[in-house]
Amino acid sequence: MNWLDTILQGVLLGGLYALFAAGLSLVFGIMRLVNLAHGDLIVLAAFVILALVTTLGVSPFVGALMAAPLMFAAGWALQYFLLNRTLGKDILPPLLVTFGLSIVLQNGLLEGFSADSRRVSAGSLESASIALGPVNAGIMPLMTFLSAVAVIVCLNQLIYRTAVGRAFRATSDDPVTAGLMGIRPQRIFALATGLAMVVVTIAALYLGTRANFEPTSGPARLIYAFEAVIIGGLGSLWGTLAGGVILGVAQTVGAAINPEWQILTGHLAFLLVLLFKPRGLFPRAMD
Amino acid sequence: MSLVIPSWQVETRKKTSAPFALSAGATLLLAFAVPFLVSRGVVQDLFFILTMLVLAQNWNLLAGYAGLISVGQQAFVGFGAYAMFACVILLGVDPLAAVLIAGVLSMLLAIPTAFFTFRLQGPYFAIGTWVIAEVVRLLLAQWKALGGGTGTSLPREAIRDMVGVGLMRDVFGMKASAAGDTLTYWLALVLMVSTIGFVYGLLRSKQGLGLAAVRDNEQAARAVGVNARRMKAFVYLAASFITGIAGALIYVQKARISPDAAFSVIDWTAYVIFIVVIGGIGTVEGPIIGVILFFFLQNLLAGYGSWYLLILGLIGILVMLFAPRGLWGLFSDRTGIQLFPVRRLLRGGSLNRTHKGGPHG
Repeated sequence: MNWLDTILQGVLLGGLYALFAAGLSLVFGIMRLVNLAHGDLIVLAAFVILALVTTLGVSPFVGALMAAPLMFAAGWALQYFLLNRTLGKDILPPLLVTFGLSIVLQNGLLEGFSADSRRVSAGSLESASIALGPVNAGIMPLMTFLSAVAVIVCLNQLIYRTAVGRAFRATSDDPVTAGLMGIRPQRIFALATGLAMVVVTIAALYLGTRANFEPTSGPARLIYAFEAVIIGGLGSLWGTLAGGVILGVAQTVGAAINPEWQILTGHLAFLLVLLFKPRGLFPRAMD
Repeated sequence: MSLVIPSWQVETRKKTSAPFALSAGATLLLAFAVPFLVSRGVVQDLFFILTMLVLAQNWNLLAGYAGLISVGQQAFVGFGAYAMFACVILLGVDPLAAVLIAGVLSMLLAIPTAFFTFRLQGPYFAIGTWVIAEVVRLLLAQWKALGGGTGTSLPREAIRDMVGVGLMRDVFGMKASAAGDTLTYWLALVLMVSTIGFVYGLLRSKQGLGLAAVRDNEQAARAVGVNARRMKAFVYLAASFITGIAGALIYVQKARISPDAAFSVIDWTAYVIFIVVIGGIGTVEGPIIGVILFFFLQNLLAGYGSWYLLILGLIGILVMLFAPRGLWGLFSDRTGIQLFPVRRLLRGGSLNRTHKGGPHG
């Protein structure tokens, strides 16, 4: 039963990693931009939720609901005014600008919130659990996983069923031609990053209620998100969920063998997939 | 009737080359004499500048010339440092020999590393190198003989009995600690000069031309027979060798190691990227300007804690946006001065500028 429990916890943890990764995947899919500050933006959103919860006394879920439009605006502005300037054939400017942004965010948060570990309290929900056959699952981890599924369903609906989604796909395929058809790629990019920041806010809600976080937690979240994307294969959001689950299970199994190995076994699972399936397990995009 | 064949010559020399070579030689002589002229604190500062410059030249070679943007060079700094510690503490090797062994081991580490990271394209390569650095850090943090997660120190005798220290004590009458600092400083100087020599020599060679072609247009370069993959792999291995040596040398001087410090992404990659970006990526001169500026900024702002890093990050972003070729790029564009010219110029023969069209366009 112990192993079954370990694997279940890993699967549910994978939901969190899929939430980390969905925003990264969305932005890369549409504008071929890898945002090295993605993890720090997740941590920033967690601090925004924390600030709302502590100053207004609202529940974390209401806090996240209030933080989402703020993060959308921040993402929109970040893309429109800063990152759009870096896009082009050369991959160096966006990488270095987002790397600089990552350092700015980390140290800005250190100044604003000190280096202390923080946590968003979710009240009695934190310890609540539900019996699933022979094992118990915590309510919060379960909600994390279901939120990840819901986010992926929504994003897929948006991308493949709506006019905005068609504009996303058209701009992704060929921004110049899309521009000729009346789409403004600059605005589409800004909209996509804004949307990614809403997903980031959802991820931040569960990051903040699940465990402690601090201003320097960002890079590790970026790495988990990246590993989930690569394990799953570029361009497929369901693949990203599978990638997150594989990473989560590898980590919990590693931790069950030796608590010091948790992070390491996650990385090793990633390297194994890279070794045998360099294009990921469920590749979709051709680039 | 004789056909005059214009005798073309390919040259990279510039008007400034001779005076620059002279003044560089004089500066080097002065640099070797520095430990006799200034205090130990200054020698340690210069050691820091030299080793950061070596790391910056390597990162510049990777990112600015080979298009390999790595944010995981701390893997080789930390691995080189740990390899040196292992040789000294566990095998009793002399620290100086251990530094060389560390370089070779770092290059060996780069082979499996390249095998994984080269499967990732463009921006994902960058994060892939970061993952590798994390894996190496986590593995070495498990090595209990070297202090595990908390780290360990070099035994005092190892530095005191280091090859050359005794000689310098006898000849110059230095204390062991001062002799150690002087020796590591001289080695850093030699390493810096040979790194710049290697990078500059590579860029001027046929391989360097191929490398520049790959950077500018990989498909076109491959079409004319440049083996892009082999070139990139060679640069990656060479950079990891030198980075490993630099890492080991830095930690001979520090004499205390821990996984978090030796694999710090801020210390060994963020600072290095800042140096290269602000000085001018893709030039040999850029990192030299960058490291000097970085050193002054650090002394100026070190008291401000995290504001310091925040300002460095902002400067980096602004330079990347508004002067992507850095300070040296701005200077070079205005004056046309290049201290390490790599551009090939045709000299001799007569340039027939009015001739257009024809079979070769």
